[in-house]
Amino acid sequence: MNRNLVITGAQLLGGDSADIAIEDGVIVEIGAGLTRSGVRVIDAAGLVALPGLVDLHTHLREPGFEASETVLTGTQAAAAGGFTAVFAMPNTQPVADTAGVVEQELALGEAAGYATVQPIGAVTVGQKGERLAELGAMAGSRARVRVFSDDGFCVWDPLIMRRALEYVKAFDGVIAQHAQDPRLTQGAQMNEGIVSAELGLAGWPAVAEESIIARDVLLAEHVGSRLHVCHLSTAGSVDIIRWAKKRGIRVTAEVTPHHLLLTDELVRDYDARYKVNPPLRTAEDVTAVREGLADGTIDIVATDHAPHPAENKACEWQVAANGMVGLESALRVVHQSMVATGMLDWADVARVMSSAPAGIGQLQGFGSLEVGAPAHVTLYDPSVPGVFTETDLHGRSHNSPYLGRDLPGRVQWTIHGGVVTVDDGQLVQELA
Amino acid sequence: MAARTVLQEADIARALTRIAHEILESNRGAEGLILLGIPTRGVTLADRLGPIIAGIADTEIPVGSIDITLYRDDLSKHPTRAPKRTEIPEGGIDGKTVVLVDDVLFSGRSIRAALDAIQSIGRPSVVRLAILVDRGHRELPIRPDFVGKNIPSSRTERVNVRLKELDGADEVTIES
Amino acid sequence: MRHLLDTRSLERDEALRILDVAEDMAETQSRQIKKLPTLLGKTVVNLFFEDSTRTRISFEAAAKRLSADVINFSAKGSSVSKGESLKDTAQTLEAMGADAVVVRHSASGAPRTLATSGWISAGVVNAGDGTHEHPTQALLDAFTIRKRRYGADSRGRDLSGLRVVIVGDVLHSRVARSNVWLLSTLGADVTLVTPPTLVPQNVSQWPVRVLYDLDQALAEGPDAVMMLRIQVERMHAAFFPTEREYSRLWGLDALRAATLPESSIVMHPGPMNRGLEISSEAADSPRSTVLEQVTNGVSVRMAVLYLLLAGERNDERGEAK
Repeated sequence: MNRNLVITGAQLLGGDSADIAIEDGVIVEIGAGLTRSGVRVIDAAGLVALPGLVDLHTHLREPGFEASETVLTGTQAAAAGGFTAVFAMPNTQPVADTAGVVEQELALGEAAGYATVQPIGAVTVGQKGERLAELGAMAGSRARVRVFSDDGFCVWDPLIMRRALEYVKAFDGVIAQHAQDPRLTQGAQMNEGIVSAELGLAGWPAVAEESIIARDVLLAEHVGSRLHVCHLSTAGSVDIIRWAKKRGIRVTAEVTPHHLLLTDELVRDYDARYKVNPPLRTAEDVTAVREGLADGTIDIVATDHAPHPAENKACEWQVAANGMVGLESALRVVHQSMVATGMLDWADVARVMSSAPAGIGQLQGFGSLEVGAPAHVTLYDPSVPGVFTETDLHGRSHNSPYLGRDLPGRVQWTIHGGVVTVDDGQLVQELA
Repeated sequence: MAARTVLQEADIARALTRIAHEILESNRGAEGLILLGIPTRGVTLADRLGPIIAGIADTEIPVGSIDITLYRDDLSKHPTRAPKRTEIPEGGIDGKTVVLVDDVLFSGRSIRAALDAIQSIGRPSVVRLAILVDRGHRELPIRPDFVGKNIPSSRTERVNVRLKELDGADEVTIES
Repeated sequence: MRHLLDTRSLERDEALRILDVAEDMAETQSRQIKKLPTLLGKTVVNLFFEDSTRTRISFEAAAKRLSADVINFSAKGSSVSKGESLKDTAQTLEAMGADAVVVRHSASGAPRTLATSGWISAGVVNAGDGTHEHPTQALLDAFTIRKRRYGADSRGRDLSGLRVVIVGDVLHSRVARSNVWLLSTLGADVTLVTPPTLVPQNVSQWPVRVLYDLDQALAEGPDAVMMLRIQVERMHAAFFPTEREYSRLWGLDALRAATLPESSIVMHPGPMNRGLEISSEAADSPRSTVLEQVTNGVSVRMAVLYLLLAGERNDERGEAK
């Protein structure tokens, strides 16, 4: 594999232009006027250079649901979106609750080569919420799991949650909670509010998310653990995290791109592309999470990329699956909702989409463009106008809410450990 | 669009009077007579004809309306029409002499629809047809019993009937 | 009218047109021969994913009175895992040449999904979708209120100035939602009376007043009181403690019915839980319109099918006026 490159004229973190020289997959020099003979040169004039993006929340569906996505197609989608690392959620089949399954996922990622796959382990056996899974075994495996989650399900039993928070201290792990009180959301279909009342769809009230987060931050404080909150979606949740951080509680939170942009008004046509868990919320919630991301209350953006086959979306709302693919569109959505509005600059984007997620997940070697770091680089062109279409999707599933939507910007190059995975706007089909 | 007048107010009045006499003559009096106008202008004409007949025969003649919208055979060729009123006089139509009244007779399809509508309401002993203007071009074997005026026309011409009660004046014009 | 999916988007003129045509249809039903040839050759499919004998029979009668061919399709289960998907069922009907599909489904929004999916070209009539809407029920309710109030003079009139109280489980009621929109569009004043657990948390955008006290609402002398069916299963999900308590606080018993003005009517979409939300005395009194609602339902559904199918069928943009 050729892992030598020179990138010229890129705006580092949106700032001054510089050249980056990469040798054997490592950044060896950053400066001006760099040349290396016999080495491919990438002209990055006009492009923003970010450290390779890291997604702390992706569903790769393999093993078990290969009809929706595989590790190969999922990491191709990731690369297309500028991601060089993805944390794979454990709701596979079998569930990733043992060392064996997480090591398999790691191996599949390595074989595919498009992005670094870091498996997330389940908190409880089968994600059933009853007994702790062998978290220690997963942490000690080749997959070096540090993030544990029952995502898809809430760790609802407060005692189990407490034990899990305590237990992972042994290997500096973190529990990533999917905050959803199951009793308050039985049969829930969409955000509980004005729209749900009219549409006759059972509501998923904000308090079902907020009450769990409130409980969990107090538990984390009590036992002295780290806590991570997945896909935070409501204004009330942002307030609780802000309060908790002020108190010194070691909590981190993520927001999805779709919760930065879309509201429950889109559900009015019962188009199941907009069905997701947690559901799209109100405009007030969107404003609050944007402000939370801008002021650091929310630490990162994570896609919650959730592929589903067409027949699970082309049907009546009630039986449609929850979820949207998001890897390919994430950076463009963050650009439109946060950078174009002046709430974040590119250095902030590098933090929320690369260094901070890598830090929370304890993934070494990601998150910075500096000499000596592995060469994970994303080159993004913010000036390209455009509509998001099918051709932008590279995973196996196409359940994107952005199809047909105006979403300017394009990932022009993605470089994973010095290997080009997206070459001048095109996904590389056979990795060199 | 050149429009020429073929019937003026006085012509229409004379035609109605003659039709009234013809109806009474053919029916040998007013016994069992019922006039049913086909909306819209057939009803207006029936409302005029009734009193004229009553004046001649010195007896009240029941007058009503029969809407044909739901019996038309060309519904799918036009935008949806709202049906109009059907008002059958007290005593119904069974065993009676029903005289259908309409303004213009053209293809005959409206009358066919009216006959179907009548059939669903009852069983008259006789059905007759009184028309103000017969413009020819029948598509069905339907003929009027009482005609105000025969006006030869080409298929593409338009025959317009205007009546005081609805249109402010009485006249029949034909325009090409 | 291309589809009838809800009353939320039904304009006043369109609603009055349906009610007035229903008057014409009602008249034909007193003729010797009730059958009309109007929809001869058209095929109406009753696509009922939820069991409902009364509504299905009503639509069937309406279609047959207009000489349309009726195909009854009863599909058990709507989830993909249970069997044929909505899409496959719809495309089968399209292949059968359905001109109109009357659909009842347990999933809110299913008729809209059917109508906008591009799977079928037939007109879609919503016969009740989940807890969302039941437009023909609201139309027949409005028709009934208007008829009782104005009799032979109903044509062209709306319901301005009339006060309607809807009592019961609004949260889960598609009949309530459809009535709220339609009655307001027609100018009526709507009050909802429900236990606090059975009304959506946020109805601030609804053109209604919400009360928890039935006696207070009845004391104002409304023109029509519409009782909604309460499902006893709601008791198990803690919406109310016991049937007895529900009936005491929100049931229309004989005493309450007697306090109503002479001309007020009592309505119920059926089927009734006698003794629970409505007492037998109230259900069987002269004020009760329960049976008329059924008869009027056929006339209203005849009008809907006529307006959907009789004229030239244009594409999405061509409204048949």
